[in-house]
Amino acid sequence: MNLTDFQIIYDERETIYQGIEATLSLVFISGVVSVFVGLVLTPLFFSKVSWLRKAVEWLCSAMRCSPFLLFVYVIYFGLPSYGINFDKYTSGLVALIVYHSAYMAIILRSAWVDIPADILEAGTAYGFRGAAMIRRIIGPLLLMRSIPMVGNQWIQIIKDSAYLGIISVVDITAAFNSIQSIYFNPFVCFIVAGLMYWLLCLLIEFIVNGVAHYARERIA
Amino acid sequence: MNFYDYLSFVYGALSTVGVSFVAIIVGIPLGLGLALLRWARIPVFGKCAYLYVSIVRSCPAVTLIMLIYFGLPQFGISLNPFVAALISFSITATAFNCEIWRSSLLAFDRSQYEAAQAFGMTRWVRFRHVLLPQIWRSSIPGLINEMTLLVKNSPAISVIGLLDITRAAQRIGARTYEPIPPLLLGFAIYIIIVMLLIELQKRLETRIRSAGI
Repeated sequence: MNLTDFQIIYDERETIYQGIEATLSLVFISGVVSVFVGLVLTPLFFSKVSWLRKAVEWLCSAMRCSPFLLFVYVIYFGLPSYGINFDKYTSGLVALIVYHSAYMAIILRSAWVDIPADILEAGTAYGFRGAAMIRRIIGPLLLMRSIPMVGNQWIQIIKDSAYLGIISVVDITAAFNSIQSIYFNPFVCFIVAGLMYWLLCLLIEFIVNGVAHYARERIA
Repeated sequence: MNFYDYLSFVYGALSTVGVSFVAIIVGIPLGLGLALLRWARIPVFGKCAYLYVSIVRSCPAVTLIMLIYFGLPQFGISLNPFVAALISFSITATAFNCEIWRSSLLAFDRSQYEAAQAFGMTRWVRFRHVLLPQIWRSSIPGLINEMTLLVKNSPAISVIGLLDITRAAQRIGARTYEPIPPLLLGFAIYIIIVMLLIELQKRLETRIRSAGI
């Protein structure tokens, strides 16, 4: 390990920018979308239609038992036999969204159960019910209460996105892997990759702390 | 799927379970050590433990395992892939277990420890009979959860050429052009492993409750 190893990484910055772009876009899109899908799935846990409730519960526990890579293989290798073809980036994105939506739904459900009953009663007393109740009262409370857990899940998304290198999406890990296979400087490459993931996670933590601070005064 | 395909699932399951098991065995005491370092507020070491946990927790399993397996030979340490996998997962498990122990240490009432000190108990007795039983009880759910996380991260070992359940499933699918059945079988094995872990958690919890600690 010496300075030229870092020099090589600097010279190959184009590849790395590509990797960073892929990781950031995957994480950002799937992070935002999975929260919304989670928000849609959560009320179904409390649905009065029993098959709907069973289906959501089954989906969420299946995702909890499956490793992310196995799920990626199902999307990338398995779905084409049913005529659904995604390219590698899209199948990675779809896998991240579906897999983590299930986790988000579980997180949001536990926050839902924790909402004090008197707030809901007050909402009912003011004439909120059904969709309006969810949108105006439960939804915002749910998001604010669960923000630390959602932040943890975002960090999990960042870590899971590294698996997509295996189906040859050029993310940060795959970019550094291709550099080290040309120049034989694996140690520095993967250390720098690890530090990039660390910075990304620190950024998420920073954002989550900011939002949690904002939320603390408003979560009753 | 022929006999050898099923056999490769057995090998895969063995290496998945083996890697996760060893990582847990190494990670529980080391994590406890790190957590105690932070709990005791030892100036430099506490900060180092914090930095270690923060970096390792955010490092993806794939990146870490490639760092260990491809990076260390640059310093003349070449490892067999299985050992590299064990080391990398133990590093991760230590960091995660440190956080789990630390959260139960934070919930632990320091005044009990001081009371034990006032009764003249030695450092070891205070740790073994006052501190450990209580934090052990409150960290069991977290530790089991961490074990399931390790099992779910174990497919990362396939990047250094080891055979795990996911890779076995994928290879069979690539050979037979029918990817779905082997993937489902692999999924079923993961479900069984996770169920067993949850059962273990229930057993441990009832045992502790009946022991009345």
